[in-house]
Amino acid sequence: MNGRIIFAMAASLLAATAGAQAQDVVKIGMVAELSGAGAPSGTNWRDGIKIAVEEINAEGGILGKQVDVTEYDTQTDPQTSRALVQKAIDEGAYAIWGTIYSGSTIVNMLVAQQNGVPQFVGSEAPAIVEKGNPYIFRTSSGAQKGLPSLTPYFTDTLGAKKVGVAWVNNEFGKGGHDVFVKEMENAGIEVIADVPSEQGQTDYAADVAKLKEANPDAIFVYMNQEESARFLIEANKQGLSMPLLGEVTLTEAKVIDLAGDAAEGALAHVGLTATATQIPGIAEFAEKFRSAYDRNPTHDAIKGYVGAWATKYVTEMVGEFDGEAFSEKMHGLCLSAEEYPKMLLDTCWDDRGEMSRPSFMVQVQNGEPVVIGTVPAN
Amino acid sequence: MSQFLQIMLSGLATGSIYALVAVGFTLIWQAAETVNFAQGEFVMLPAFFVLIGLNVLGYPLWISLLFGLVLSIVVLGVMFKKLVVEPILPSGGISLIIATIALGTFLKESVKEFYGAEAEPFPPMFPTDPINVFGAVISLQDILNLVISLGVVVLLTLFLNRTRTGRCMQATAQSPEVAEILGVNVKRMILYAFLINAALAALASFLITPVYLAKFSNGETLGLIAFIAAIVGGFNQIRGALAGGLLIGVLDNLTATYVTAEYRAALPLILLIVIILLRPQGLFGTSEGRSV
Repeated sequence: MNGRIIFAMAASLLAATAGAQAQDVVKIGMVAELSGAGAPSGTNWRDGIKIAVEEINAEGGILGKQVDVTEYDTQTDPQTSRALVQKAIDEGAYAIWGTIYSGSTIVNMLVAQQNGVPQFVGSEAPAIVEKGNPYIFRTSSGAQKGLPSLTPYFTDTLGAKKVGVAWVNNEFGKGGHDVFVKEMENAGIEVIADVPSEQGQTDYAADVAKLKEANPDAIFVYMNQEESARFLIEANKQGLSMPLLGEVTLTEAKVIDLAGDAAEGALAHVGLTATATQIPGIAEFAEKFRSAYDRNPTHDAIKGYVGAWATKYVTEMVGEFDGEAFSEKMHGLCLSAEEYPKMLLDTCWDDRGEMSRPSFMVQVQNGEPVVIGTVPAN
Repeated sequence: MSQFLQIMLSGLATGSIYALVAVGFTLIWQAAETVNFAQGEFVMLPAFFVLIGLNVLGYPLWISLLFGLVLSIVVLGVMFKKLVVEPILPSGGISLIIATIALGTFLKESVKEFYGAEAEPFPPMFPTDPINVFGAVISLQDILNLVISLGVVVLLTLFLNRTRTGRCMQATAQSPEVAEILGVNVKRMILYAFLINAALAALASFLITPVYLAKFSNGETLGLIAFIAAIVGGFNQIRGALAGGLLIGVLDNLTATYVTAEYRAALPLILLIVIILLRPQGLFGTSEGRSV
């Protein structure tokens, strides 16, 4: 009898403790590409978030609750990502952070939308904010906003008349490719070589040979990190001499690490870069990241960091954990870096969740991505 | 002309590396009458041994390559034979094939767990500078990869045909019972086949990883293509594996350049179906009849 009473008391105590703990935390589902082809993006996104969460919790959490992040690995598989977003929501996630690959986000965003859960993504395919989903928010500009910033470089700086484009045939690549081709058409530049490749492709000999034969004035390279590195290695091997320009990934730290000397001279328009050390918040974040992980943060790491802080800032503006109210507040919202320093740069979202903020032109020089110009928000 | 020369050379260089891996399939088939479905992972793993030598132990590149080669021969040759093949072979070829599939998954996941999911840079063994050949700028790395791979396959063929040990290995492959009666140390010959396979896999790994980058999943594609190359060329002939590897390497590049880049991955499978329909024993293979 005594045993039963002790057992019942222990169970009640345990339940009460668990209940109290649940009330003290806010759960977030971080759904990202932690393995598979997207691992370079996903792991950086995760590590940027980790730093943000540590800072947020040190400052008292969100509305007094500590942030409890659960990691879900999509294995870079869109269907798995969809199941994991559902799992995160079933386990009580207030918000979803991820995914990064557009092909996954397109598949899983409907789940968060149906459940009224805000979702910050690192994806850049134009289609993501064109589906009327009020719960989706970017952490960097989509290709349709970023790529036009490159056009003046092709027309004015390079004076290009004919260009080639090498792109990865996935949701991310197709979105960027279509915007780029349209941009070139509007600028009166002819696309004389259009070379698609597969995600995870390892051999770029034929792709580079085709571009070399076409002999354009410059080549636009729009691929994920590992593919970009393999392309640069092959381009170097075959002595491709024209300028190689990309959007975001081509000059990333991971790409430079993988491609080595082959990345030298590559140019890219980048929304966020850890090398923009003239921005105090970015310099501070980069330093923290390096000391924590012994490597340079990529733009995905900064995107994850910014997404986590935006969740805190906006939730505290709303004053409660309400997904619908959060989403309403986000539309048309601007957060200035002066008032909200962890946003790093002045950042705005439109009524579709698209993001605007200043960006940078970067070139790989002596193995480092160096900012060679700033592009105002568009 | 420059483009054709480059893609032919790149195709032959990549194809010759496929051939090295495909020859391994042939050797294991002849030694143990099984298909090693972990062969792709056997090519993925040595690159990580070299990276351990370079990044963890701090050895220079050439010492790290030697370290990787020795470790590959021990792990993928001796240990594979002693710990996987010998205990399971008496249960039959199918059990062993399934065991190699499991081994492949084990190796892949182990590398992911202990080294990481991200790709890693791998230093090239030779200069990567492009050179001029008949007015066309082509890759020195491709030329050296081709020369080394073909050289190794030629040396292996000479070893098997012209040396006493090589002929004993061939006799063992054809009929272990008869070879044993004739005084051949069958167990040792089978061990040699596994050691050579491990060395070939390591060499293929060192040549291809600077371009493919070191990643836990590299074996998936490589293993499949080399398996198809071995079937296309003839599973029971080394010259068949060589021809199959070169053929797939060249056709892949020609298709991607002149026909379609989108469907290039389908080409080896189409080739496989055509060969199975028209010449099941492969281009250079000999048919092995079976009675019920």
